[in-house]
Amino acid sequence: MATASKISKVKIPTSGNTRQKWGTHGVDLSRVSAGKHEPGRFGVYGGRYVPETLMAALEELEREYEKAKRDRKFQARLDLLLKTYAGRPTPLFFARRLTEKLGGAKIYLKREDLLHTGAHKINNCLGQGLLVERMGKHRVIAETGAGQHGVATATVCALLGFECVVYMGTEDMRRQELNVFRMRLLGAEVRGVNSGSRTLKDAINEAMRDWVTNVRTTHYLLGSVLGAHPYPTMVRDFHRVIGREARAQILKAEGKLPAAIIACVGGGSNSIGIFYDFIKDKKVRLIGVEAGGRGEALGDHAARFRGGSPGVLQGTYSYVLQDSAGQIALTHSVSAGLDYPSIGPEHAALRDAGRAEYLPASDAEALEATTLLARTEGIIPALESAHAVAEVIKQAPKMKKSDIVIVNVSGRGDKDVGILRESLKLD
Amino acid sequence: MPLTFYKKPALVAYVTCGDPDLATTREIVLAAIEAGADAIELGVPFSDPVADGPVIQRASERALKRGTSLGQVLTLAAEIREQAQSTGLIVFSYLNPILRMGLDKFCKVARAAGVDGVLVTDLPVEEAGAYLRAMREHDLSPIFLAAPTSPDDRLRRIAAASQGFVYAVSRTGVTGQRQQLAEDARKLVTRLRRVTKLPVALGFGISTPEQFAEVGEFADAVVVGSAIVETIERNRGREAAAVGEFVKRLSAVSGQPSAVAR
Repeated sequence: MATASKISKVKIPTSGNTRQKWGTHGVDLSRVSAGKHEPGRFGVYGGRYVPETLMAALEELEREYEKAKRDRKFQARLDLLLKTYAGRPTPLFFARRLTEKLGGAKIYLKREDLLHTGAHKINNCLGQGLLVERMGKHRVIAETGAGQHGVATATVCALLGFECVVYMGTEDMRRQELNVFRMRLLGAEVRGVNSGSRTLKDAINEAMRDWVTNVRTTHYLLGSVLGAHPYPTMVRDFHRVIGREARAQILKAEGKLPAAIIACVGGGSNSIGIFYDFIKDKKVRLIGVEAGGRGEALGDHAARFRGGSPGVLQGTYSYVLQDSAGQIALTHSVSAGLDYPSIGPEHAALRDAGRAEYLPASDAEALEATTLLARTEGIIPALESAHAVAEVIKQAPKMKKSDIVIVNVSGRGDKDVGILRESLKLD
Repeated sequence: MPLTFYKKPALVAYVTCGDPDLATTREIVLAAIEAGADAIELGVPFSDPVADGPVIQRASERALKRGTSLGQVLTLAAEIREQAQSTGLIVFSYLNPILRMGLDKFCKVARAAGVDGVLVTDLPVEEAGAYLRAMREHDLSPIFLAAPTSPDDRLRRIAAASQGFVYAVSRTGVTGQRQQLAEDARKLVTRLRRVTKLPVALGFGISTPEQFAEVGEFADAVVVGSAIVETIERNRGREAAAVGEFVKRLSAVSGQPSAVAR
């Protein structure tokens, strides 16, 4: 054994090493920030930033998804489940009393809250569930914030016979207690995550660690348009049905397109789902609503476009709330589903391109909007969706009476009664 | 010329910088070098270490509570370089702190500090174009991970993009100790040998002299991380001495000089 200290033992060569051939083996090593469209890139955003262990699984998932997309049988089976199991199509409802009260644009509500399990999340879970079957895996893991994605995942796993583990921050378990019980009732194991802010971001970290470990047998059923390629594209595609239906429904009801569409944006799955089929209709304003939380300081909100900057978190390049050293910031929102420091990469691209706008709604505004919608239309929205309602309260009065605005009610508020009770003090 | 290990297996020691504080990290690293570590991985703490197990997660949290940043880690690297001119120094980081500093600035400062190589946990070769250009421009060696799940065509790309050595991940999973080393590890090293002449360092889950010796039979170098970080955690107040003793026990089974050097 070498006992002399500081002996020259290792010499790492530098680029004088001529043996090294860059970009050999037909690999293009200059892809990053190319800016041109390529799978998994939305402008400069997106990509696939994960530990090497996961790369093969992501490539497999991408291949299987591409095949499934072109497979009529797969699509027919998914459509049938969406119709007979999830309850699609969801209604587009004219909110007459809310419209009158606000005195401006005609307000329509896209009722994703009426879906089985209570939110839009089931669209994606059924799609990925059928992919899991195709790939022959039997174990499914997921993260959840508000618990809606966890419940939808547990539901699909029960339906298709998969083992299911859901990671959830312990702070979220506390505030979304009812959904924790629902998941357990459905046969899923809920694993509490105690690191960081004990919310959605930390649940994703833990799910990724599980996946890295069990990648050969396990599918990670990611619940938003986040993470490494192909997730942002695949999850969007499974939610496109929202916008496709809404477009046909509004044309049938009103004979014209809406002036604006408003949806809340956590990771951004319900919003991209309803936006997507309207992107080419340049006159339709697309408005995403982020969690404004309790203030503008870093740590008091989850408005990525107000305080964030481009960075890489959990597999994708997008806007991220971070400090000057690149550490990810803590976030706050009354709504667990919006309480996340990054945003889907396609939203970052839509925002940079000026095609969609993103505005914050505060905790207080969301709570107020919940009460208003409950009392004018008899609909209790999820606290996430209430952020979108809060924005229509600001927008509708400024719009012409002949204008139409569609609000995506992405989920129902049953899960939030505990928080609402504490906050609203009605009893 | 390619990376030369003068003994086999060479020992690469990982520390999370700033745990318990940067001054102690410096002492720990110097003690590890004194005890026989051939190269040092300077771990940059990150708020969301998805590839790390509980030991390095806890160390990262402690380091971040003290405000440890990438800039400070590079300053530390320069201090260590003054004391240890010929030990390999590798920065081990997640991508975001590097992006935030700026690729070019990072490479420039790292090179000036005397850093030799960089390993970015969440940067696969496909996404590494700009990174590789910056590394090359500043004379730094990019080191990539190879996993048991990587098919052969990926191993070829990884080897082509790597300089210095290839870091083989012993098994699927996060960093941290394991009772048994997976058969995965041996298979992966064998597969890598077919596609590259670069030395192969094996890491993840190696914590005992016995495992070190076992792995040393087929790998050129062994990375020990969580076991060192845990030694630091368990020996408050005498971290450097404890790590020195631990590294000595490991390098007792290494140290067969250069007859087997590649």
